[in-house]
Amino acid sequence: MILLLITIVLGVVMLIAALIAVYNKDMKTAIIAAGLTSLFASVLYVLLAAPDVALTEASIGSGLTTLIFFYVYNKIRRNNAQE
Amino acid sequence: MLRNSLILLVLLGFAAAVFPLVHSYEAKDTLTGVAEHYANYGKEEVGAANLVSAVVVTYRGFDTLGEVTILFLASAVIGLFLKVSETHTKDSRSVFFKSTEILVTASRLLVPMIMLLGAYIFINGHLTPGGGFQGGAVIASAFALLLLSRPQKQFSHKLISVIESISGITFVFIGLLGILLAGGFLDNHIFAMGKFGTLLSAGAIPIIYILIGLKVGSELTGIVRNLKESQKVG
Repeated sequence: MILLLITIVLGVVMLIAALIAVYNKDMKTAIIAAGLTSLFASVLYVLLAAPDVALTEASIGSGLTTLIFFYVYNKIRRNNAQE
Repeated sequence: MLRNSLILLVLLGFAAAVFPLVHSYEAKDTLTGVAEHYANYGKEEVGAANLVSAVVVTYRGFDTLGEVTILFLASAVIGLFLKVSETHTKDSRSVFFKSTEILVTASRLLVPMIMLLGAYIFINGHLTPGGGFQGGAVIASAFALLLLSRPQKQFSHKLISVIESISGITFVFIGLLGILLAGGFLDNHIFAMGKFGTLLSAGAIPIIYILIGLKVGSELTGIVRNLKESQKVG
């Protein structure tokens, strides 16, 4: 019962974070929200008894992808400023 | 107005296409098809305590080779596109701000531990959850932390490519050995099977997972390194 409750709360928080990632005008907030979605997804995978997938999601989805997005965002912003 | 109704039309068409699938779906209590075979005979046939590893490395080993190839292609394409912009800024200056003391100190403690965790994950891939991909990604995130805390640090591009190439070639070579010595491509019976559940068991799976871990780790590190290098301005 408590697991079901945690799962539902995680799912709702994930949805909110995903909506922020899509609709927020500030790019930095959107990138952080996308990473947050992945982080909650990885916790959800552990609850759904898929630790293999959770490991991948936590390291690639919320770790490396967020960093790569920030690098790319930084590069695009600098290129725009030069023009 | 027209655009919105077109979107609605597409959505309705999509719903109509998917509806039969959802309508005829019923949850099953038992495994079916190949899944049943894997669950029942995986232990005797492959000898890996982690059944996911048995499926990923042995039963579906060819698909894993394809995945590794796709990741290699992605990393190569990113390197190619960033290389083009790098040549224009040959004598570029670095633009990174100095990292905070907290990040530098924390990374000094955490980077070796994260790398150790990554190595643990892929060496024990046939016993505990995780495997080559996960371990490689964890190692790459340790390198990413290192780059964040010390942006001036240079990684040898050559070393990354050498590790990646050698592990990739050895992976295919072990697969070919399977044809000669055992049942087929990527068969894991080419080495002694060992005792079920110990570190040296499941034949070639630990070796293949170590190779995949090194390959994925070096590829992802290469991607992060290329992106970091591209931050410099001319």
